[in-house]
Amino acid sequence: MFTKLIRLTALLALASTLAACATKTPALYSWQGYQANLDAYFRASSLSPDAQAQLMEQDLQKIRASGLAVPPGYHAHLGLLYGEQGDLDKFAQQVALEKSKFPESQTFMDFLTRNFKK
Amino acid sequence: MKYQTFSKIAIAFVAVFLIAGCATKQPGWDYSAYKASKPRSILVLSPINNSPDITATYSVMSFVTKPLSEAGYYVMPVAMVAEAFKENGLTQPSDMHQTPPAKLREIFGADSALYITVTKFGVSYTVVNSETTVQVQGKLVDLKTGTTLWQGVAQASSVEGEQQQGGLGALLVSAIIKQVLASTFDNSHKYSGIATERLLATGEKGSGLLFGPRSPSYSKD
Repeated sequence: MFTKLIRLTALLALASTLAACATKTPALYSWQGYQANLDAYFRASSLSPDAQAQLMEQDLQKIRASGLAVPPGYHAHLGLLYGEQGDLDKFAQQVALEKSKFPESQTFMDFLTRNFKK
Repeated sequence: MKYQTFSKIAIAFVAVFLIAGCATKQPGWDYSAYKASKPRSILVLSPINNSPDITATYSVMSFVTKPLSEAGYYVMPVAMVAEAFKENGLTQPSDMHQTPPAKLREIFGADSALYITVTKFGVSYTVVNSETTVQVQGKLVDLKTGTTLWQGVAQASSVEGEQQQGGLGALLVSAIIKQVLASTFDNSHKYSGIATERLLATGEKGSGLLFGPRSPSYSKD
């Protein structure tokens, strides 16, 4: 019986430990495959910029359905993928979205807009 | 009587585990400069890689956005940042890290910059084991003043919490299996993600990053 008590105590303590260490703040953003997309981009993987952009557009639908916000850099990165395909209209569109959702990006987005036109 | 002693020991053990479980990495970091600076945005420069594996830099780079954003900061789009440096002739992380803070602030408009160095990345073999370890160091710097706001180090390893049992024969077999697995799967990338999340964790009193202005926990830590 005492052994049971000890086990119970240990279990409860373990549970409280896990609860105490768990992150309390709920997620601000819906990430979907964004980190994997960045990795694919950096590795210059077999996925073409077009395929990467399509994946990100599909994820964007899921993010919107989730009710959570689009992560920082998401629209900018999608814009970069369009820019690399020569689609400067979509590049400008995504860069503008990034800027309106995150005013902190303004200086860099303006810099890109000035410099990405070739 | 005897059982009560047992239960006391059990509770003591659990208490120790509790403290160890939430242990801080660098107790006593002075947060006064960090709190005064109130950075809203972070520019993450491509990490310097001191390991032999050339994939380390961009493996770590692909993992930094999520923890920093969820902590409440705006993170400059990492791939675009890398491209902007490239356009200006800087392809090596060590060159990027040499750029004066004022210049970084002028181009990117970020309040702060995060300088990361990868010190370990990959598999090391001993006779009876193989271990995948990733270790990262980070330094957050105010781009207006050049002041260091925070510093940290974190590691993730495949042998964490592993139990050594079953004698030498079993160890050798497990080492062979692990070597095969380590070369088949992209293990380093996985531990790179864990180490990066640990480095950039918030809510760890005395060692971690503070919450940023987009977090509901901002200025409560």
